[in-house]
Amino acid sequence: MVTYIVRRLFTAVLILLGASFLVYQLTALSGDPLHDLRESNSPNKEQLIQQRIALLDLGTPAPIRYFGWLAGAAKCVIPFAGQCDLGYALNGQPVTEALGRAMGMTILLVTASAVLAIVIGVSLGIVTALRQYSGLDYGVTFMAFLFFSLPVFWVAVLLKEFGAIGFNNFLRDPHIPVSSILIIGLVSAAVWFVCAKGTYPRKLGMAGIGFLLAAAVMWGLSVTQWFKTPGLGLVVIVICGVGIAFGITLLAAGLKNRRALYAALISVGIGILVYFPIQPLLAQATGLMIFLLALATILVGLAVGWLMGGYDRRQSMNAAAMTSFLVGGLILLDRFMQAWPAYFNNGRINGRPIATIGSETPNLQGDFWVHGLDTFTHLLLPTIALLLISLASYSRYARSSMLEIMNMDYIRTARAKGLNERTVVMRHAFRNALIPIATIVAFDIGGLIGGAVITERVFAFAGMGQLFVQSLDRVDPNPVMGVFLITGILALVFNLVADLVYSALDPRVRVKA
Amino acid sequence: MSTTSTKPVAATDENKAGLSQGQIVRRRFLGNTAALISLVVFILILLIAYSSSGMFGLPGWWKYTHNGVNDLVNGGRPTLQLFPLGLGEHPFGQDRLGRDTFAQTMRGVQISVAVMFLIGLVGGAIGVVVGALSGYFRGWIETVLMRLTDVVIVIPLIIIAAVMGQVAGRAVGADVQPYFLGLFVGAVVWTGLARLVRAEFLSLREREFVDAARIAGASNARIIFKHILPNAVGVIIVSVTLSMSAAILLETSLSYIGMGVKAPDVSLGSLISQNQEAFQTRPWLFWWPGLFIVAICLCINFIGDGLRDAFDPRQKKFNAKKAKAAAVSAHPATGPTQTSGV
Repeated sequence: MVTYIVRRLFTAVLILLGASFLVYQLTALSGDPLHDLRESNSPNKEQLIQQRIALLDLGTPAPIRYFGWLAGAAKCVIPFAGQCDLGYALNGQPVTEALGRAMGMTILLVTASAVLAIVIGVSLGIVTALRQYSGLDYGVTFMAFLFFSLPVFWVAVLLKEFGAIGFNNFLRDPHIPVSSILIIGLVSAAVWFVCAKGTYPRKLGMAGIGFLLAAAVMWGLSVTQWFKTPGLGLVVIVICGVGIAFGITLLAAGLKNRRALYAALISVGIGILVYFPIQPLLAQATGLMIFLLALATILVGLAVGWLMGGYDRRQSMNAAAMTSFLVGGLILLDRFMQAWPAYFNNGRINGRPIATIGSETPNLQGDFWVHGLDTFTHLLLPTIALLLISLASYSRYARSSMLEIMNMDYIRTARAKGLNERTVVMRHAFRNALIPIATIVAFDIGGLIGGAVITERVFAFAGMGQLFVQSLDRVDPNPVMGVFLITGILALVFNLVADLVYSALDPRVRVKA
Repeated sequence: MSTTSTKPVAATDENKAGLSQGQIVRRRFLGNTAALISLVVFILILLIAYSSSGMFGLPGWWKYTHNGVNDLVNGGRPTLQLFPLGLGEHPFGQDRLGRDTFAQTMRGVQISVAVMFLIGLVGGAIGVVVGALSGYFRGWIETVLMRLTDVVIVIPLIIIAAVMGQVAGRAVGADVQPYFLGLFVGAVVWTGLARLVRAEFLSLREREFVDAARIAGASNARIIFKHILPNAVGVIIVSVTLSMSAAILLETSLSYIGMGVKAPDVSLGSLISQNQEAFQTRPWLFWWPGLFIVAICLCINFIGDGLRDAFDPRQKKFNAKKAKAAAVSAHPATGPTQTSGV
């Protein structure tokens, strides 16, 4: 095992050396770094040119210059020495500094969309595999192909137009016209019709319920001017909490396991009890505090599950912990919504909250919640754009993986020995279907940090992709190499991680020592 | 045997007749409605795009060119109407300068599709050769080629393509620049296919028919091309088809950020990039190229999916209606022959 890892890392270093040499030469080939100075009219043109030649060491030919860069980059290997030297960008800024900032931005941008895409995509894939060749399967398959085929820059412009400008206009007078209520109701009816299982009359009945439900909610939101002063309130939290408790228990333990159900319901009750006492504390929230509170909700859930006892405590603990975490999320969401009017009427926002570019409103004054909302409104559209694109592939992978598992003999055995469908699906099939997906996820995360070049460009997000493209435009080799170094190392490391994860999860696969 | 009984017997014979692999695949593909519709739509798009503005020196049937400046008709709004069906003067509208959007979009389709095929073919050819050589010969050839593949893989694809596009844009003239772009991008997108073909060759080279061919005295080249490659062709065709849908998105994305097809030529991506600011005033300039990208990409994805189903019997879809119809048609066919025999 250790020999395997060492050998893989050794090859990785060789590959990285070769690839970095290639990229350096290609960048140098791609144009003239003095182009903008040669065409400038400034009186000290010659001096500026000489300055840049000295800064970038342009006197030496590129293949030799590469080794100078390599010597600087090699110092990064020494831990904690702080001697990392990746050279300077054209504007004189050290590359390490620019890279650090760009990487922070990119991580901010891709994290939410990656997590959401994995969760939603995998669940969609599993559900469509379980109901192969149903209306739902065809619908989701078509949507997946459609999302595959969408150019992200096109979607981004549409999102800006309708998601930001259109929605901001709507917020000026949040009154939903009857025609829109009807259309939303019909869309909801169609979704319910496709998702419903059983005979035609039953499906039509479900479609009717879906229509009424969506139309009623929309009408309620419109009449109460909910978009001006959004909030969940205790009643909605109670209803959603109980729904979550039942849903999570159904998936994690089955409703027959009464102890798990009661544990989940008790954790909902605890959440509701602390709703009012916790509000003064939340008023002075910080990021660390929210993290600790999230940890606390999980611990409380685990404790409740453990105290319920029974012969299989783990099921109760799982159900209660997940439920209490989600209820905590609801309370958090409610608190964010309470801060909405303050954010909406802030002088910097001026009633147009959904942003089309950038990652934050400059000079925004406000507390933790206002800044949180500000990040949310800026990340909303790029996250949706990235989500749509990556959602499709995860749902396809999950579907085919689950289909393969469901046709295995051991699934038939599990059914034959009388296990209920929930146990067969969740315990026997689902876990094994996740193995190939885990390796794909590990692989994708390595690529994600490289930045979503197009998305960053469209939404003017100063991340890694943007840094790379702009530097390439200016024929600026050092930032290009910096970005490449990070993406290359991450790709190789996560490639190795994907292989190791696979062999750890699936004992049939052994790594060759 | 009476003449009445020969007909049903002939029908059953036809059902049981030996079909070649190609015939089986073709039948399965043609039975896939979504793939078939996509194929028809895709061919229609190609026919309209290539015939409208002419290609290979031949004149097209459309009266405007993609860079000709005309008078603004009706403020440049699209004149396409469905009831009654009519194209009008400028069916897709005009841009600010009066250039015809239909001609521009069709030109964009031509360039984007040509680049897409180039990327697919070049990438496919390199991938097959690298994969086949490393999978068949193994040893040091495999090590060298696979490490080379790793080097190309580790450089993110859009990064390589951007550098290559940049170099190509400066090295050659504007006429052939898009094709150069296709060649260069094709030269770096073969890695996935190479790994796939190598895995396929690794398993196929251990099979008995390869041993038989070698004992019969076949050369390495003959074994690779005549014995192993035909068995791997399904994987290759499916993978190349699906890579083409990725290729058109890649090309349009590159053109969008200004590193792909450059002015004065247009691709679907550069058209969107030029016109996105005009969304408020002239939305049609933005809608048409985008819709064509989505349509082409969607068609290719469905065709690729249909090919996968056709080549891979494991994922074959069970069609209850057809199975029932086959059973019904088989039953009366056996009936008359038995009675006439008795």
